[in-house]
Amino acid sequence: MSSTSVTASLTGAQARLTTVEARLFLREPSGAFFAILFPAVLLTVLGLVMPWADLPFNDQDPVLSQINGITGYAPTVLALAVATVGLSSYPQTIAGYRGRGVLKRLSTTPVPPSRILVAQVLVNLAALLVAAVLMYVLGVTVVDVAAPAQPLVLLLAFLLTVLAAFAVGSVIAALAPNAAAATAWGMTVYFVSLFFAGVWLPLPLMPDVVQTIAGYTPLGAGSEALAAAWYGQPFPTTSLLVLVAWTVVGVPVAARFFRWS
Amino acid sequence: MSVIQVENLHKRYGGTVAVDDVSLEVHRGEIFGVLGRNGAGKTTTVEIIGGLRQADSGTVRVLGLDPQKDRESLRQVVGLQLQESQLQPKLVVREALDLYASFYPDPADPAQLLDELGLADRAGARFEQLSGGQKQRLSVALALVGNPQVAILDELTTGLDPHARRDTWEVVERIRDRGVTIVLVTHFMEEAERLCDRIALIDAGRVAATGTPAELVARATAEQVLRFRPSAPVPLGVLDGLGALTERDGELEVRGRDNVVQDVLVALAQHGIRPENLRLEQSSLEDAFVALTTPVEV
Repeated sequence: MSSTSVTASLTGAQARLTTVEARLFLREPSGAFFAILFPAVLLTVLGLVMPWADLPFNDQDPVLSQINGITGYAPTVLALAVATVGLSSYPQTIAGYRGRGVLKRLSTTPVPPSRILVAQVLVNLAALLVAAVLMYVLGVTVVDVAAPAQPLVLLLAFLLTVLAAFAVGSVIAALAPNAAAATAWGMTVYFVSLFFAGVWLPLPLMPDVVQTIAGYTPLGAGSEALAAAWYGQPFPTTSLLVLVAWTVVGVPVAARFFRWS
Repeated sequence: MSVIQVENLHKRYGGTVAVDDVSLEVHRGEIFGVLGRNGAGKTTTVEIIGGLRQADSGTVRVLGLDPQKDRESLRQVVGLQLQESQLQPKLVVREALDLYASFYPDPADPAQLLDELGLADRAGARFEQLSGGQKQRLSVALALVGNPQVAILDELTTGLDPHARRDTWEVVERIRDRGVTIVLVTHFMEEAERLCDRIALIDAGRVAATGTPAELVARATAEQVLRFRPSAPVPLGVLDGLGALTERDGELEVRGRDNVVQDVLVALAQHGIRPENLRLEQSSLEDAFVALTTPVEV
């Protein structure tokens, strides 16, 4: 068999594998709900019921007084959407596959087991993109979320937040001894990250020391960078560098410690 | 013709020797048993043969391929069914086979394979809904879907009830009838005795003995025991020299080696004596196993 047809069949196998993983993703209703629908539901419901949704986000601040409360919360919900797939769904699935021997079984076939990791990343990214678009469209049309002030910066911040979250998720998947541990670690990191991302309490309302710590966590930095781009604040250089640092450290650590069985 | 050649295989994990010195040869078209108790080094041996692990020393050739250097080619001609390997819980049987078939250049027909393995009526079921035996058969199907020339089946029937075990044995024989050479890893004597053409008995990382089940039994067996009640008194001297003779309550017991059974029966027949209530104690593979391996410290 020539090398081109091997490449062709591997591409075909990757496509098949990704399709199957996508179907499996949708067969877990609660997982699919939290990854795809929850961010949009959260933003819309809060926008409809919360009295602060229509008020200025912060009337003391020249920039933040120009946006309403629900727009102020939108970057946080976007960070939550990233965390749900990157820190929860993706590492738990991978660690589960290793524990069940799915990765080892794949390594007995002509298709390397790394292909299922690629498939998982693709499926989770697709879920995240759908979640982000749904959240944005519903936010803008139903609860009057303002369009981001700097869309390109927002895109950059989103990309780097995704990379950092998947890097940390990969470290969890690599280091967790089994699926249960991956779930426990993943959920802990997930909820701590949500706190630092300002899901429960907006970052500007937190004590200075918490805000400082948050700025160095992947989701806290992500949330800050997304917010700066959305609100039209100065370019979030520090936050973006923090995100790059998590990615640059996380990916090699995950690659170094990852086990296939 | 030999399909797998293993010479002086050695593998250690840290300070623990998993495989000390294993050499064996598997012929085309046979069911070759790798028999030994848990921890004897069976799985490590076959995982090295299958290219999943690298040996510290020794040589392995599978269909002329080096499992490490020619890993890509090996994957296409060797099917591996791993011990305790599961699938994604919500993966549908048919979906799994179609997916794995897409990994190979010349796959078997998934529908036909399901039929042969008795899974046709479960094609629409999810992995999590299958019984233990069905999961094992699906696992075998996945190892065969690439149309391999060699199939390595590791602890195929462990954890199955006796009925499912027998069904699975039939499946293995059917695979062999398709012309696939099979390496069967097991710690069940009955399974090895029933299925295998030849067996390598692995003990503490070494091959204790190789041969057909009958050869192994013969090699290990010191003697056979024959008990009967003669239909008439046996004249003095008739059974002399054939084996150790004892009498108790009119029942005779002869212990001997080699052809003792035939010799005694012929001698009795010559004197018109029928051996009534005849019982023969023959050693099983299990006796051979005990005789040929070192005892476990409990």
